[in-house]
Amino acid sequence: MQEILRFFMEYKDMIFIIVLSIFLGIEVISHVPAVLHTPLMSGSNAIHGVVIIGAIIVMGHAESTLSLILGFIAVILGTLNVVGGFVVTDRMLEMFKKKK
Amino acid sequence: METITKLIPFTGEISILEISYLVASVLFILGLKKLSHPATARSGNLWAAAGMTAAILFTILFHKKDGEPIGNIVWIVVALAIGSFIGWYASKKVKMTAMPQMVSIFNGMGGACAALISMMEFPKMQNMLAAEGASHMIGGEGIAILLGLMIGGVSFAGSMIAFGKLDGRIGDIKNPVLRIINLTFLVLLLVALVVILFMKPEAGNNWPIYLFALAALVYGVTFVMPIGGADMPVVISLLNSFTGVAAAMGGFLYSNQAMLTGGILVGSSGTILTILMCNAMNRSLLNVIVGAFGVAGAGGTEAADKTVKEISLSDAAVLLSYSQKVYIVPGYGLAVAQAQHLCHELDNLLSGKGVEVKYAIHPVAGRMPGHMNVLLAEADVPYEKLVEMEDANNEMGNTDVVIVIGANDVVNPAAEDDPGSPIYGMPIIKVLDARNIIVMKRSMAAGYAAIPNNLFYHQKNRMLFGDAKATLQKLVAEIKSL
Repeated sequence: MQEILRFFMEYKDMIFIIVLSIFLGIEVISHVPAVLHTPLMSGSNAIHGVVIIGAIIVMGHAESTLSLILGFIAVILGTLNVVGGFVVTDRMLEMFKKKK
Repeated sequence: METITKLIPFTGEISILEISYLVASVLFILGLKKLSHPATARSGNLWAAAGMTAAILFTILFHKKDGEPIGNIVWIVVALAIGSFIGWYASKKVKMTAMPQMVSIFNGMGGACAALISMMEFPKMQNMLAAEGASHMIGGEGIAILLGLMIGGVSFAGSMIAFGKLDGRIGDIKNPVLRIINLTFLVLLLVALVVILFMKPEAGNNWPIYLFALAALVYGVTFVMPIGGADMPVVISLLNSFTGVAAAMGGFLYSNQAMLTGGILVGSSGTILTILMCNAMNRSLLNVIVGAFGVAGAGGTEAADKTVKEISLSDAAVLLSYSQKVYIVPGYGLAVAQAQHLCHELDNLLSGKGVEVKYAIHPVAGRMPGHMNVLLAEADVPYEKLVEMEDANNEMGNTDVVIVIGANDVVNPAAEDDPGSPIYGMPIIKVLDARNIIVMKRSMAAGYAAIPNNLFYHQKNRMLFGDAKATLQKLVAEIKSL
């Protein structure tokens, strides 16, 4: 119990962000119409590409050649997620717009 | 005095970074909000992209770890350029019908990125703890690293399998044994996670993390393998929220607010979206994952002794040409056969003869919400011709012919009259209300859900067998020659 409380106190700022973001995420999209399910999935797919920041940090502080190479790959993968995700979403939504 | 002037630019840079993360988080939230309304969706996507660009740019410029700025900037920029080029090129080139596959691949890349970060951070953490003489690796850092690796790995491997299935490269393995193996694997994976946390840190001893990563990959494969190909959009949506959580683990590890909010937002909204998608099919998420269809599907009435009537191409051509009102019900088969342009050609041809042609769009036709709208829009079918299910059902009574192209479960009357059927209660397009029905289908094989469809045996219905594209082509030629 003591351990858990200490864990909570140590990370309380982030735990707050996590808990509030969970509710926010649910609230923000709860009224989405069915036709937008797929573009929304694709758009949020691009947003979790934010993981690329972690890859940049890792690569920016890489000490060995191996970690530089792995970091390099990680940054490429993350960029693919971000750029590909947003462009694909835009193309999907372009289709929706054209009809109206 | 000198120390103060040194301090000011330093803290200034840090606060710029933190403010940019705050702005990015707000843009992510507004972007998601706008993405869920048709009129603002496109700008929402751009807002989120702007937030992302700011977060990436300011991280490269201002991030500091123990006072050290980001190094290897040239290589980082090269990697960003390569990733951007491939990502941009691939998404511009991909066919509209292959969009779900593409999303799946990009999702897998994000998962792999999160897993790689964990694999690089674990040795660092272990070396540090070993130097401190710690007796275990329990703590926020260890948990975040291992969870990030596990979830990211599962998401990567699962997304690749989902891609293979959507692309028709990987078939379904619906073996009940696989479910038990799956569950066992998941439990083992969680046990391994706890065991690693309890291990005594030893500098350079990295095999547990490699084994753990491998196990996560294997689980990702066995998790998606037994799920039917037509359910992949739901699976991708689920894996999408997984990757969100994996990204958030990275945010936890680096105390990075942008990663944390972005990741958790996707994690929670992705989960809700997955559930909404399941609801639209009147199924539970558990039902999709466990694949209860194959088991419960036996509830349908046995149809072996019933006869099916076929219609010849020329009969179909005549019937259609002399109708007043025709409804087309598109489904997954239309997308698979890439027959949307021919579908539109048939529509134009019939409209030219004074026939009123409309499309009845089931919300989950193809089991990918919005799929049919996108597909038909690509073939320049006017928006007004796409009629939503409820409105279409009201018009079925005065429709002369309904053509069902590659749809099956969304027109299965069992959803209305067979309480034993697994899709009982799902809203369907009531094609039986129309005067004639033509079903275009490759063979009599049951749809993905393996539920018998009594529509095919109904006296109003006649079958036109063959690949949707080839059949439509012949039908169009036949009508032209009339």
